[in-house]
Amino acid sequence: MAVKKFVVACFDEEDVLFKAVKQVRKAGYKLHDIYTPMPIHGLDTAMGLRDTSLHTAGFVYGITGTTIALSSISWIFTKDWPLNIGGKPHLAIPAWIPITFEFTVLCAAVGMVLTFCYLCQLAPFVKKHHFHLRATDDKFVMVIECTDKTNESEVSNFLAGVGGTEVNVQTAETGWWLGTYDKEQKLYESKTETVTA
Amino acid sequence: MASREFFEIPKRYKTWSTALMGVGVLSVIIAFFAYGRGEHPQLFWGGLLQNAAFFLLVVNASMFFICATTLAMGGWQMSFRRVPEAISTAVVPLGVISGIVMLAIVFVPGTHIYHWLHPDPNDAILQYKKGFLNLPFYVTFTVLTIVLWIVLGRKMRALSQELDNNPLPDVESGRKYIFKNTVWASLFIAWFGLTTMSTLPWFWLMSIDAHWYSTMYSWYTFASTFVSGMALIGIFVVYMKNQGYLEYTNQEHLHDLGKFMFAFSIFWTYLWFSQYMLIWYANIPEETVYFKSRISAQGHKSGAYSGIFWFSFIINFLAPLLLLMRRGAKRNYTSIVFMAVVIIIGHWLDFYQMVFASIDPEHVNVGMMVLSLGIGAGFVGIIMNSVGKAMSKTPLIAKNHPFIKESIIHHT
Repeated sequence: MAVKKFVVACFDEEDVLFKAVKQVRKAGYKLHDIYTPMPIHGLDTAMGLRDTSLHTAGFVYGITGTTIALSSISWIFTKDWPLNIGGKPHLAIPAWIPITFEFTVLCAAVGMVLTFCYLCQLAPFVKKHHFHLRATDDKFVMVIECTDKTNESEVSNFLAGVGGTEVNVQTAETGWWLGTYDKEQKLYESKTETVTA
Repeated sequence: MASREFFEIPKRYKTWSTALMGVGVLSVIIAFFAYGRGEHPQLFWGGLLQNAAFFLLVVNASMFFICATTLAMGGWQMSFRRVPEAISTAVVPLGVISGIVMLAIVFVPGTHIYHWLHPDPNDAILQYKKGFLNLPFYVTFTVLTIVLWIVLGRKMRALSQELDNNPLPDVESGRKYIFKNTVWASLFIAWFGLTTMSTLPWFWLMSIDAHWYSTMYSWYTFASTFVSGMALIGIFVVYMKNQGYLEYTNQEHLHDLGKFMFAFSIFWTYLWFSQYMLIWYANIPEETVYFKSRISAQGHKSGAYSGIFWFSFIINFLAPLLLLMRRGAKRNYTSIVFMAVVIIIGHWLDFYQMVFASIDPEHVNVGMMVLSLGIGAGFVGIIMNSVGKAMSKTPLIAKNHPFIKESIIHHT
C-alpha cells in the first residue's frame, strides 16, 4: 500500500495509442498500466509485458484434479468399499475416466478463475483507484508512474505531444483497499491537478 | 509479391516424389507376389484398402477445412489457403486409385475382405443388414462419392481462382461472391457429412467386421483423417515458408493450425474412448468381438494387435496432448512439423489396426506391415506430386479475396 504520483493521459484511437506506447518506452518512462474498455490485440506485446503464467497454473490444477480423482476413486472401489457392479473388475478404469475428466476440468476451471481474481486483485468489496472513469467506456487511459527523478510537467508535455488528451497528474493509492470510494477522498488530501496541453 | 507468386518445384522435391512413387509401385508388386496369390490374399488387399482409404480421406479433409472455414466466414486461413486447395487437388488421382481399389476388392474373386458379399442365408445379422450392405449400393455409393468430391472440390477451387485476374469491383459484388462460396461450400459439407462422416467408413472399413455394431465408427474415422489432414496442411505450410514463399503467413497462422491439431487429437481420443467404454460396459459378445484381437482381456491371452493398439493411443493422444499444449510449441516450426509427422504416422498405424486386426486377427504379419508402409509411401509420393504441380500453376496467395487483409493482420 503505497501512495504514488502518476501522469495520466487519454487516447481515442488505437493507432495513436500504439505509437505513443512505443515512444514512451523509447523515452524510458515507467509505464504503470494502460486501461482499455476492451482487449486490444498486441497491446501487451507492445507494452513489453511477459506472457501470463495462468496457463501453467491451469495445467497444475488439472493434473492435481486427475490425480485426486483417480487415486481416490481407485482407493474407494478397491480397498475401502469394493462393490460388485455388473460383474466388472473392481479396478474398472474405463468407468472412472468420465468422472476423472470432469474433475480435472472442474479443478482447472475453478482454480484458474480464483488465480485470475488473485492476479487481478478482484474480489467483492475490494476497491482500486480509477484513473479515468471513461476507461470503462470509450477511452484508452495510459498511466505513467513518477519516480523521484521524474519531472511531471515534462512527462505531461511529452504525453500531450504524442497525442494524449486530458493529461493530468494524480496522486493515488497503488494497491487495493476494502471499503468504499468515499473514503478515498478523505484518505488523500492531494487533489487532482489538470495540466493543459 | 509478384516475384514469388508461383512455386518453383525444386529438383529434390521432384526426385523425392518420384522415388516415393517408385517405392509404392514396387511394394504393391512385391505384396502381390508375396501375399496376393497365396493362402492369405486378404493381406495384400488389406494393405491396399488401408492406404487407399486413409490417404484419400486425409487429402479430402483439406477441402473440408476450406469449406468449413468458408461457412464460418473465417478469414485467418486466407493467407495460406492455396496450400489446402493444392492438397485437395490430390483427391483426383487418389480418388481414381482408391475407387479402383475399392471396386477391385468387391469384383475380383477371392479377395476375402468383405464377407457380407456372399452372406449365409441362415446368418440373421447379415440378412438384416442386407438392405444396406449389398453390392449395387456399395458400388453406386463409392463411385458417386468420389465423383462428387472431385466435382465439388474443383468448383470450390475454381471459385477461389476466378478472382486472381479479375478483382471484385465493389462491395456488393464481394457480398455476392462470398454468398456463392457459401452455397457451394455447404453443398460440399452436406455431401461430406453423408459420406466421410457416416456411410463411407461403414462401407469401406467397418463392413470388414460385418457382424459388428458401432455408432461411433464414422466419427472416429473422420476425426482420425481430419487431424491427419490438418497435420498435412501444417507440414506443407512450413515447407513453403522454409522455401521462402507465403510471405503473409507467420507464427500466428501456424498457432491456429497447431490448435486444430491439438484439439482434434483430443476429439479423436474422445471418440476412441466413447466407442471403447460403451462396448466395455455393455459387454455384449457381438460388440466385444471387435476388441478381441486388439486388447488384452482380463484373464485371457492378450490380443495380437494390443501392442499396436495401445501404441497408437499413446502417440495419437498423449504425445499431442503433452507436446502441443504449450503456446510456444504451437508457434515453433520444428515442433509443429515433428508433431504433424507423429500424428500422421500415428493415425496411419491406427488405420492399420482398424483393417488388419479384422482381416488377420490371429497374428501381426510384419512383412505385410512393412509392405503396407511402402504402399503408403507411394501414396505420399502421389500427394507430393499433385500438390507441387497445383502450387506451381496457381498463385500462392489469393490476393483479391475480400478476406485477405483479415488474414494478413491476424493475431492469435
